[in-house]
Amino acid sequence: MPKVTIDGQELEVPAGTTIFQACQQLGIEIPHFCYHERLLIAGNCRMCLVEVEKSPKPVASCAMPVADGNVILTQSEKAKKARHGVMEMLLINHPLDCPICDQGGECDLQDEAMAYGFDRSRYRENKRAVPEKDFGPLVATHMTRCIHCTRCIRFLADVAGVPELGGTGRGEDMEIGTYIERALSSELSGNIIDLCPVGALTSKPYAFVARPWELRKTESVDVLDAVGSNIRVDARDGRILRVLPRLNEAVNEEWISDKSRFAIDGLVRKRLDRPYIRRNGRLVETDWRSAIELAAERLKAVPGERIAAIAGDLCDAESMFALKLLLGGLGAASLDCRQDGARLDARCRPGYVFNTTIAGIENADACLLIGTDPRHEAAIVNARLRKRYLRGGFRVAAIGPALDLTFPVEQVGEGGEAVSALVRGDHEWASVLEAAKAPMLVLGQGALARPDGAQILWAARAIAETCGLIRPEWNGFNVLHRAAARVGGLDLGFVPGPGGRDVAGILAGCRSGETEILYLLGADELDLTDTGSAFVIYQGHHGDRGAAHADLVLPGAAYTEKDGTYVNTEGRVQLARRAVFPPGEAREDWAILRAISAALGRALPFDTLPELRRHMAVSHPGLAETDELLPGVWGGFGEVGTIAPAAFAYPVTDFYATDAISRASPTMAECRETFAREPATAPRTGTHG
Amino acid sequence: MSEPVSGPPFEQPADFEFTAENLERAKAHIAKYPPGRQASAVLPLLDLAQRQSGGWLPRAAMDRVAAILDMAPIRVYEVSTFYTMFNLRPVGRYLLQACTTTPCWLRGSEAVVAACKRKLGIGIGETTADGLFTLIEVECLGGCVNAPILQVNDDFYEDLDGAATERLLDALKSGTVPPKGSATGRGGSAPFKGKTALTEPPDAAVAAGWTRNPPGAEKQGEKEDAG
Repeated sequence: MPKVTIDGQELEVPAGTTIFQACQQLGIEIPHFCYHERLLIAGNCRMCLVEVEKSPKPVASCAMPVADGNVILTQSEKAKKARHGVMEMLLINHPLDCPICDQGGECDLQDEAMAYGFDRSRYRENKRAVPEKDFGPLVATHMTRCIHCTRCIRFLADVAGVPELGGTGRGEDMEIGTYIERALSSELSGNIIDLCPVGALTSKPYAFVARPWELRKTESVDVLDAVGSNIRVDARDGRILRVLPRLNEAVNEEWISDKSRFAIDGLVRKRLDRPYIRRNGRLVETDWRSAIELAAERLKAVPGERIAAIAGDLCDAESMFALKLLLGGLGAASLDCRQDGARLDARCRPGYVFNTTIAGIENADACLLIGTDPRHEAAIVNARLRKRYLRGGFRVAAIGPALDLTFPVEQVGEGGEAVSALVRGDHEWASVLEAAKAPMLVLGQGALARPDGAQILWAARAIAETCGLIRPEWNGFNVLHRAAARVGGLDLGFVPGPGGRDVAGILAGCRSGETEILYLLGADELDLTDTGSAFVIYQGHHGDRGAAHADLVLPGAAYTEKDGTYVNTEGRVQLARRAVFPPGEAREDWAILRAISAALGRALPFDTLPELRRHMAVSHPGLAETDELLPGVWGGFGEVGTIAPAAFAYPVTDFYATDAISRASPTMAECRETFAREPATAPRTGTHG
Repeated sequence: MSEPVSGPPFEQPADFEFTAENLERAKAHIAKYPPGRQASAVLPLLDLAQRQSGGWLPRAAMDRVAAILDMAPIRVYEVSTFYTMFNLRPVGRYLLQACTTTPCWLRGSEAVVAACKRKLGIGIGETTADGLFTLIEVECLGGCVNAPILQVNDDFYEDLDGAATERLLDALKSGTVPPKGSATGRGGSAPFKGKTALTEPPDAAVAAGWTRNPPGAEKQGEKEDAG
């Protein structure tokens, strides 16, 4: 291991470490623009110059591996002078428009210029100007500000796997762009806004909205897919203005999908901000007292077995816990949190979570996708798969319609037939999985949300067990969820109890009149056109499909407006935190349910959220262990039976409209319009990388 | 050449396909590189495509090359916009590249450029209405000993002055391509006023005894090293 001396401190680092990384280990900060630890090294901004003894010229530390005996000076006169020179060169063509630049206040160039800039310019010639580009509805461009660090190019080519940006032209005429004007077709494209060290790429929906120092920042988690990406919610004056990723190596690294980032403008549109009661076929505004009383009156009048509840995809665990407790007290057993009809089995936790873990994907060497399109169901998981693929020695196969995951995928079947073949063992991938050192399979909702889903679940377990996916030190059985509430709901046992009905049964019961009250907790992904004579209570935050068919609407809070517990697809319990208050008269969901319980005369045993959480922790201890993955006990799940040979259908047909929030978002609508010509799910041919 | 956005509008052909002959050549180029490294053949393939398309590189040709080499199209655009010898707009049958870098300028390149402009009635970067000539200004062509230089397609015309340039353009216009090389008729970069050295064949004995390292030279070298 080479020994180096940096600013007088000795350090031993593994061979191959760059000078920059060695300096970081000592906590020495080196200015940089093009270097980013998650991207390939480019070494083109030259800002990270340091002096290395015996080297005639300053050295770009990000691209230079240490050598034994290096004596490195990061703060010497020579190094500082070199950086001053680089800064002066960068500022030759960079406009001094910080007062009107969206990056102002969080700009790397601005910050470094404070340390290495001059107080005036010696440049007297014309500055160069670059024509604006159109990268679609999400990323705004001001290419005159670009300093050609190429982070955006490298991100799209390597991490997102959509090589659409490049540097065309040469020298002073070099421009970053797509050459042929087009919208960036990656579902991770928003990350290049964060990566851009200057104001060349900024957020289009957030353009000229706020300055970073005006914002109140709340650390939370995203719920628009089941990844549980860690986010920071920035708000001002009670309004959410933007969402940024937060670092979590185990989940989203530092990326988030475009939906997580940009769907937030849907949080102020189509909101339910006061209770509504249906009178003469029309929803009319009412007050909380009459709404709660009506709910209680109806619930009192009906025996428990005629009450049913469905929890939606964006529900926090607390509200589902409260609803289960409330309706359980009334004797209702028809509860379900699987509104897409997925035949998930709540009895055995490893049977419904992503056991390998998202970070664990990097240790796998073969992956079989069954009825899932991770790119559109969980873009961050797909980025992890791609990251693993780029390291080499990783085979990926998919059962289902053709896919474009940005990396090569072997298509080894269309649907149930291939799954049956795998169980029998006469499928080439049975031996591939057996031979692999760390094989994994990912079971998607496309395979589970069909009538024979339970049988496919059983088959997947059989494949996992016979092909050696389940070992003491490795669990390669994974379920990839689409809904943020799903694992939490299954953990809480928000599934039909003895004699209870599942989603299909509940809806059939509504039509036949056997179910008299249907309580929808944010459930919008259902076909509610015919609910018979059932009294439908919708509690949620958006005037979407659920509210449209409800007889009583109770306005709840969205994920940014309440403290809530969410469990991601790995089974990782994470806390979302309130960034703003719910609009109008809307209330936090657990509190609404607590109020109904009081009106029923069977008050739930908690008056505050911490009390609720204490109760939840007693009955479901796992949900109190935040940010930890608890090992589950492998067991039996699924049902034996025949599997229909039909092809799988992926659950996400439109990435930009998967839930009530993204459907209400104008930005997402624009994305849909932009990419409608090129459907996101259509397989693309040729050289899309 | 610069971006295809400047200059008069022109039509991009809808598609491009290599001729059978050029496809063979392309395959030969690709075969020079190890499997999986076929992208290395991007320069020769773009050159083939440009020659086939009449001296310029349509976008469809770049896309075709990208598809053949299994590259993202943007990676090909990056290459073709970087190298100035790829023309991204249509050019005339004769692409006149006038060198105006210092040595050519000292030797009268201004007269060459002026002659082109006068004779053809076009400015730098323009194409004649008949589509025969495109005039561009280029940096050093590496032929300084025969300055000034005008490159016509692949060939250098050297030692030009205004009159010689006009004669050259007249010939090209009439359909004949004059022999490339010096306009004054000198061979290579021989002196204008005839040879001043090596005017007769060297002595046969000297020629026979001459080697690259005459005896003693090595010793001398060693001494220098030691010193």
